[in-house]
Amino acid sequence: MTDTVSGPLTADSIAGAAYIVAALLFILSLAGLSKHEKARAGVVYGITGMVIALAATIWLTLQDAWGTGHALTGLGLLVAAVLVGGAIGLWRARVVEMTGMPELIALLHSFVGLAAVLVGWNGHLEAPALSSDLMAIHHAEVFIGVFIGAVTFTGSIVAFLKLSARMKSAPLMLPGKNAINLGALAAFIALTVWYVNDSQLWLLIVVTLLALGLGWHLVASIGGGDMPVVVSMLNSYSGWAAAAAGFLLNNDLLIITGALVGSSGAYLSYIMCKAMNRSFISVIAGGFGIAAPASKGDTDHGEHREITAEATAEMLTNASSVVITPGYGMAVAQAQYPVAELAHQLRERGVNVRFGIHPVAGRLPGHMNVLLAEAKVPYDIVLEMDEINDDLGDTSVVLVIGANDTVNPAAAEDPGSPIAGMPVLKVWEAENVIVFKRSMAAGYAGVQNPLFYRDNSQMLFGDAKQRVEDILRAF
Amino acid sequence: MALIGVVAELGRETRVAATPTTVKQLLGLGYEVVVEKGAGESASFRDEAYAEAGAVIVGADEAWGSEVVLRVNPPTEDEIARLAEGATLIGSLSPGLRPELVEALAARPITALALDAVPRISRAQSMDVLSSMANIAGYRAVIEAAHEFGRFFTGQVTAAGKVPPAKVLVAGAGVAGLAAIGAASSLGAIVRATDPRPEVADQVKSIGGTYLKVEVEVAEEMRSSDGYAKATSEAYNARAAEIYSEQAADVDIIITTALIPGRPAPKLLTAEDVAAMKSGSVIVDMAAGQGGNVEGSVAGERVVTDNGVVILGYTDLPARLPAQASQLYGTNMVNLLKLLTPDKDGQLRIDFDDVVQRSVTVVREGEKTWPPPPVQVSAAPAATTQAPAAGSTAPKKKEGLSPAGKVGLFAAGIAVLFGINAVAPAPLPQHFTVLMLSIVVGFYVIGKVHHALHTPLMSVTNAISGIIVVGALLQVTSENIVMQVLAAVAVLLASINIFGGFAVTRRMLAMFSAGKARS
Repeated sequence: MTDTVSGPLTADSIAGAAYIVAALLFILSLAGLSKHEKARAGVVYGITGMVIALAATIWLTLQDAWGTGHALTGLGLLVAAVLVGGAIGLWRARVVEMTGMPELIALLHSFVGLAAVLVGWNGHLEAPALSSDLMAIHHAEVFIGVFIGAVTFTGSIVAFLKLSARMKSAPLMLPGKNAINLGALAAFIALTVWYVNDSQLWLLIVVTLLALGLGWHLVASIGGGDMPVVVSMLNSYSGWAAAAAGFLLNNDLLIITGALVGSSGAYLSYIMCKAMNRSFISVIAGGFGIAAPASKGDTDHGEHREITAEATAEMLTNASSVVITPGYGMAVAQAQYPVAELAHQLRERGVNVRFGIHPVAGRLPGHMNVLLAEAKVPYDIVLEMDEINDDLGDTSVVLVIGANDTVNPAAAEDPGSPIAGMPVLKVWEAENVIVFKRSMAAGYAGVQNPLFYRDNSQMLFGDAKQRVEDILRAF
Repeated sequence: MALIGVVAELGRETRVAATPTTVKQLLGLGYEVVVEKGAGESASFRDEAYAEAGAVIVGADEAWGSEVVLRVNPPTEDEIARLAEGATLIGSLSPGLRPELVEALAARPITALALDAVPRISRAQSMDVLSSMANIAGYRAVIEAAHEFGRFFTGQVTAAGKVPPAKVLVAGAGVAGLAAIGAASSLGAIVRATDPRPEVADQVKSIGGTYLKVEVEVAEEMRSSDGYAKATSEAYNARAAEIYSEQAADVDIIITTALIPGRPAPKLLTAEDVAAMKSGSVIVDMAAGQGGNVEGSVAGERVVTDNGVVILGYTDLPARLPAQASQLYGTNMVNLLKLLTPDKDGQLRIDFDDVVQRSVTVVREGEKTWPPPPVQVSAAPAATTQAPAAGSTAPKKKEGLSPAGKVGLFAAGIAVLFGINAVAPAPLPQHFTVLMLSIVVGFYVIGKVHHALHTPLMSVTNAISGIIVVGALLQVTSENIVMQVLAAVAVLLASINIFGGFAVTRRMLAMFSAGKARS
């Protein structure tokens, strides 16, 4: 692979031009997502960019190696791999439940990570003839690429396992977890220096294992409730892994795309962190969730009151405005369809129905929006926290469906609470609050929710889907 | 099925504990209702109306002999004796002010519930008779003042000259105060209000008044934990007294509503203040029954001072709107009975675990249960929980970087970047340029992404990061068979990403629809 700036109309220059076009299309693709109306066009841009990039690369590869025996095997492998991979990808994309979106995305991240590891390993196996300076850089790039890729791989696997409940979502609490993370990082730097000076295969194996272990530990020590941040953080890592591969292969398209994805993920995690009032650095380091709950919910909150589905239906029909604030519980109960039907029926009766979405509701940024969209809730009544918070005071009824920490008044009022300062939906300001919940258990943050004991809130216990259906029947 | 007796009131009381409307509601709870003959006469509810609603008109003895007796005013000694054994008496008993009445009630094997003792919590608002009566009293106070006042409330410009609007000062913005502010401002007056609790400022403003804040040097906030005003500090009182003196000289009408539960009413206006008022001015002292807010006011009387200021000390303001007051009182009563009759079967049950029922119960089956344990109902956070023991339970502050630290970190980052690019050989600086610009572009582009599209964003970036396939493609034609296999595996994985990512994004975006598109 030579630089892509040689003479006119060589295979390299054409590929280079194609890469620039592809990179631009990728940027347009992300820019398209700024509005619902343009979003579909954005995906088309992305697909076009990908097709151009792949066509150029395949052509370039084949031209270089045309006529040699291994080119044919290579081509065969390539076609087979693309067909199998593409088929698997399309199949998964078709059958995935919208509630299972977080798992799918976490799993996809792990593939990018693993691919980056493999590309890095190949970079080691195929050491190009270079001057010693460049050789050192090449080695460092291999090492860094493999490291980031491996961390992304196991991290995403753990995230996937936690999200799909195949692994306990409680944070793993190893003694000296920060020391483990920092030690792994220090060992990585030392190994990099060693490898640059003496590129032994066993060093690469050691660093791969080290990174796999670190990725596992990083995500394992984060609780299930913090998964929105983790998933977007891994999204970012997968981007950086691609960028590192770009450095290794002298490929600007990989660098640009990797940087786009990397900064996208980082930005999303930043938004999520702000929404949970947590420090960005501590999230990237995987060190958060350490703080043991400071004040346990020992205090007597008083009694909660229950309400029946029939009484709820009556209250809703008499209401002038209703705000629904869904959380992960709605996804678990698959209640998005009855909830959408409820919103639809109320709107037909002239009730002003809106949805209030907390940035970290669900297990993925934007998770609730996707579920509601699936159930055909018009997106113009789905508002984010800042848009709706000021209106909650004038709302007749707020339905809290499977949300807990995101509507906890303790965050705003109790400075001793572990979630103090986290921006929350101020549902308690509404006239009436009805909380759909399976039991009185605490939310993911392990914090008791005083909302349930407020005078204007009532509990509707049971499976969210069934309860909402009961309300629909009662109409 | 228990029998409810609505008994007549004594003396000048014009209200009655149930109206024909509320009788119907009582019947709906499963009770039978008897009404003493003529009980509603002075509130313009005739016996026929009660009979039409389903009640039976009976004599006094029979009404007093019912299992549940409803009353407005506290009973006399004789009346207590008329209650049947095991009966329940419900009324405004003001148990905090009249310990001798509580003792007298406890001497009989009866149950007594004080409707004026419900705690001030949102759930109990529907039975809060103090609030509903205060509301009426506040309105009536303005009407009484208007009756005495020799001028318009509203300002006018007429052919016969300009009429200035009346200036009204309302002291205390509780329920009565707010009702007075609302009534006075809707008559067109300029209304000002004072209250030691700064949080009522918005409420005053919302019904047309101007809130006069008492500025005290030591910032002291009057947050009350039980929903009522508390006594104030000396510095505060001194400044408040100045304000009242200033206002007295300026305004035409003063309505005082300041009450502190269980204590004599605070003196707000001195004799000098009253003397400074214009002739023809009117003061309504709504606290006259508890000692009065105004020096010189007499409970239940109309007093005219030497300088021609009228001071009204009426204590029966709610009773001056008997029909309305009875209706609200009766509804409060029904709401309490609803709580006490959970099964609507006409069986009265008192549940001491419920804070409202516990609070109203003064005597239970001859046993004195007054005073009840205090109820914390604060809307404002309790002050005690805000003072964590030093060092022990204090929540750890998120240690953010200091500004200097941030600058330092930034500078270090720039330096490292500079260092790497200064020494790095040929292709590296180029790559860094590309990386840097892409990151910046990335941040700006992503920053514009719609909130609701974050999941599609993630899946599309997922697909795009499958671009790592390019790296694997370049390696797949290697001469090394191990490399070829590894590269093929990488291609396979990346293809899953590309195809899966784009396909799932398209699927998601297809679901988003605008309002009209709902099928």
